[in-house]
Parts: sequence; C-alpha cells; structure tokens
Amino acid sequence: MADVQVDARGLNCPMPIVKTAQAVKAMASGQTVEVLATDAGSVKDFAAWSKTTGNEIVEQTADGGVYRFVMKKK
Amino acid sequence: MEEQPVNFVVFSGTEDKLQALAVMTAGAAALGKQVNIFLQYWGLEAFSKERIDADLGLAPEAGAAGKARVEAAAKAGQAAWAETLRQAKELGEVDIQACSLSMDVLGLEESDLDPLVDGVEGVTAFYLNAGDGQIVFI
Repeated sequence: MADVQVDARGLNCPMPIVKTAQAVKAMASGQTVEVLATDAGSVKDFAAWSKTTGNEIVEQTADGGVYRFVMKKK
Repeated sequence: MEEQPVNFVVFSGTEDKLQALAVMTAGAAALGKQVNIFLQYWGLEAFSKERIDADLGLAPEAGAAGKARVEAAAKAGQAAWAETLRQAKELGEVDIQACSLSMDVLGLEESDLDPLVDGVEGVTAFYLNAGDGQIVFI
C-alpha cells in the first residue's frame, strides 16, 4: 500500500501530473504515491516526469483504460 | 549548464490560447522548471478582474464545430485556464508580469488585475529574467 493516493481518473492533461507533483511536494523522501489516471497521455507523461524529477516509477499497470503508477519520492 | 526558464509572451486573449498557455505552464511547473509569463494587449486584458472568469471566445480558426468541441470539454470537467494557472503557481515557480506599455494602452491600473498577476514590468526586465531560455509567443 502506497503512503499517498492520487485519484486523477477523468482528469485531462496536465492535471494528473500536476496533482501528482502537488502530492509529492508534500511527501518525505522515500515515501510512495499511487496514482490512478485515465488520460491517454499518462504513460509517456509519467515516464518523462520521472526521468526529469528523479522520482522513480516502481510499479506500473494498465487495466481497462485506467493507468496505475506507484512512484517513490527521490 | 544551468537550467534556463521557459518564457511565454501572451498576446492573445481567447479561451483556447489561454488554455494552451495554462497547460504548457502547469506541465513545466510540474517538472520543476521556472516559468516567466509576460502579458501584452488582449492577453493582459484577459487577466483583468473583469474578464478573468468571462467567456473570452475562441480564435477564429475554431469555427462552429471547434467551439462545440471546446464547450463539450469544459462540460466534461476540463478545468478553466485560470484555475490551471493557479494550481501551476501553487506547485512551482511561475511569475506572471503585465507589460507596462499594454497597461497604458488599455487604461488598466494594477488594482484592476487578478491576483494571478505578480506585477508590472517593461520588456527589458522580461528579457533579463528570460535569460537564455526560449521565448514562446502566444
């Protein structure tokens, strides 16, 4: 179970990333966040965000149009 | 090389172009990039207290079909451009400045502007803050 949950289902780009970045800002280093998103751009956006910010994607799944990411704060 | 800011000059004041600005800004803020926004003419007018929540219409190329699609997206819960910019400002380093010349042309005072606007500056200050970062004109 991740430390923080972000439900970004139904939100358009760039809101899933914005909501996630807001949540991560308030987290401590090493804590994890689980994100649910339906925006089709999410997969590439979260990969780019992880690469730029250094917050690692530790789990990633897709199920019926819902993308789930678990990320660990650097 | 030190990371350079992303700089937008916002001339246009229609909903679609402001939405594009808000999305580009929020994305950059989420990546930790500094964003500088310089408001001129109709872009500045859109940030006045009187206009910020008004329906500002769309660019002419939208046409009737484009208008219907944008309205459907808004109805489906797409955040208003000003709300997206507010969130971007909470998240990262986003500085929004009004062009002093445009303020004069439009007869606006600083107190007429929405609190999203951080201040009034001239083009020289904008270039100084822009550094070697790209400048995008919307």
